[in-house]
Formats: sequence, structure tokens, C-alpha cells
Amino acid sequence: MNSDANPVATLVWTFALMSLFAVGGANSAIPEMHRVAVDVQHWMDDRQFADIFAISQLSPGPNVLIVTLIGYHVAGIAGALAATVAMCGPTAVLAYYVSRLLARSSHSRWPAIIQAALVPLSIGLMGASGLILAVASDRSWVAGLITVSAAALAFATRLNPLWILLAGGAFGFAGVV
Amino acid sequence: MPQDSLPAAVPADLPLSQPPTPPGLLELFVAFAKMSLAGFGGVLVWARRGIVDQHRWMTAEEFNETFALCHFLPGPNIVNLSVVFGSRFRGIAGGVAAFAGLIGPPVMIAIILAALYARYGEIDALRRILAGVSCAAVGLLIAVVFKMMMPLVKKREVAGLMILVAVFVAIGVLRLPLQMVLLVAIPLSLGITLFVRRRGNA
Repeated sequence: MNSDANPVATLVWTFALMSLFAVGGANSAIPEMHRVAVDVQHWMDDRQFADIFAISQLSPGPNVLIVTLIGYHVAGIAGALAATVAMCGPTAVLAYYVSRLLARSSHSRWPAIIQAALVPLSIGLMGASGLILAVASDRSWVAGLITVSAAALAFATRLNPLWILLAGGAFGFAGVV
Repeated sequence: MPQDSLPAAVPADLPLSQPPTPPGLLELFVAFAKMSLAGFGGVLVWARRGIVDQHRWMTAEEFNETFALCHFLPGPNIVNLSVVFGSRFRGIAGGVAAFAGLIGPPVMIAIILAALYARYGEIDALRRILAGVSCAAVGLLIAVVFKMMMPLVKKREVAGLMILVAVFVAIGVLRLPLQMVLLVAIPLSLGITLFVRRRGNA
């Protein structure tokens, strides 16, 4: 525990830095969030992290909301707002300037090349997110089966993901997980 | 998400030359708030629907180009999109308005849910439900990963798949810090991409 440091300042510093490395969006940064929140800062345990991910998926809005929930867990409303702004701010400013730059020198081939190079990285990162979250939430073979079924359903059908989440919740309520 | 990034068909009857009046600040805020609140597990589909189909503020091509830019920049893609989009019409104030609309209302909902969790998170029934939801949520994430992987597998991009697996192992199994892994992986992947493209052109 870093009890001497101000938790809000730690949140801001952590997520501002993370946002600049979040290649492919918030879901790619989940392993890093887990590493910092569970292993480094001991803000929460594995189960609480899985809960927070579940809540972030249940609430409407962009995936980045998991950061809001982590911030609230650490330092209440101030923490929630600070973490959210820190995660969105630096890249928003960057996006603003890069888009103006590119608007002037259009038809550069570099964006396409950089994007092609980053796609495998962001998929690998999201895969790692899946693995870490599966380890945190699947504590029985039934739980693992629900994860595999949800993945198969979402992969093969165009079912609204909300139904799949609710079905998972119903199985949980029934006590089979 | 792969099916979202496909260039959507542009209806030929769209008045490309004269877009309707550019959105005002309040309009930007409301439009992005609506998209955001409609989007469970991803706002992109709704953003496209709102910006291209409903308001016709952008053509499908313009939207795809803007999204591609926001996808290669780090950070939450849709957040970047809101800032770039808003500022294109109304400068910095427009960017802030779109951003506030996108993130404000859902953040308030998230804070309420977080407060409920902090208060009632240990109640047994809620514990069981959340455990079930998180199992399913992980499944959804895994499905997205496989959907995004399919184009690489179909095109047999061996180098890309090797980088993908290397990053997966480094972060997911070895749990190395993100910055360290990316500082190695980004130059490596860029180099390989350039090399493969050069050889493809020769």
C-alpha cells in the first residue's frame, strides 16, 4: 500500500500515462489496469476487479467507464472524475492536434502503415485482457462454460450483447456459477 | 470491431456537397449523449448511425477516415472521435461539447452504480449475479478478439499473428508492464509492416 501518496494524485498520474499507451482503446489497457490496481497498488482484489469489469459492461457508454469505476473504488466521486479525465484528456488533446496536422497534409500513407502495424498489437492486448479477466472470474467449470458459451454466441450470432450479459446474471443468481 | 470498420455503403442520394447546417454546441452535446447512452458494449455503431445516417454531418467515407485516425491514436477511440468531430465544426469548444456529451451522462450512471456496489456489493444475491455477469462479459470480450483476428488469419499474415501472440504472452501470461512491452513491440511491428509492404511492391 502506498498510504503516504495522495490516492487521487496516484489515479491521475497512473491513468494519464496509461492513456498514452492504450493502443486500441480502453479494453486493451485492462491488463495494465489489473496489474496496477490489484498487484501494484493493492486497491482491490481479483474478484472486485472482475465485478468492476462486469458493472462497466452493464452500464451504457464507452468502455473507458471501467476507469471511472476504479477511480470511485479508490477515492469516491473525486477519484471517479479524476481517473476519467486523466484517461481521456491526454489522448483527446493529442487527437485534436494530430487531426489538424493531417487535415493540412492529407493523403499521407503513414496513418495506414501505422494502423496496420498496431492492429496485431491491440488484438494481442485484448486477448490478454480476456485471459486475465477469465482467470479472475471463472472459478468453477460451470463459470468457464458460461464464458465459452457467451463467446461462441457473440461470435456466431448478432444477438444483442445485453441479453448475453443478463443470461449470465440469471445463471449467477440461480447459484450455478 | 471488425464489422464496424468495414466501409459502409454510401447511399448515392446523399447531398454530399451541401451538408445541413453545421451542428451547434448544444446540438453536439445532445447528439453525443444520445449515442453514448444507447451504446451498451460499444458506442461506435451508434456514433455511425447518428453522425452519418441520422444527422448527415459526415459522409460514410469521412466517418471512416476520421475513425481510422482515432483508432491508430492511443486512448479510448470513441472519446478521440468525439473531440476530433466536435472541433471540426466548432473548434475547441465543439470538441469539449461533444466530449462532455459522450462522457458526462454515462459517467454519472457509472458513479451511481459504483456507489450501489460499494454499499451493497457484499449482499449474497448481488454477488452471485455479478459473478455470472462477469463470466458472460469475459466471453463477449473473447468473441471480439476472435472477430478481430479473423482478417489476419484469412489473409495469412504470419508476421502479424506472431506479434499478436508475442504481445498476448508478454502481457497476459508473463504480466510484464505495458509500457515496456510496447516500447519493444511497436518499433518491431512497424519495421515488419514496412518490410512486408516493400517486398510486396517489389
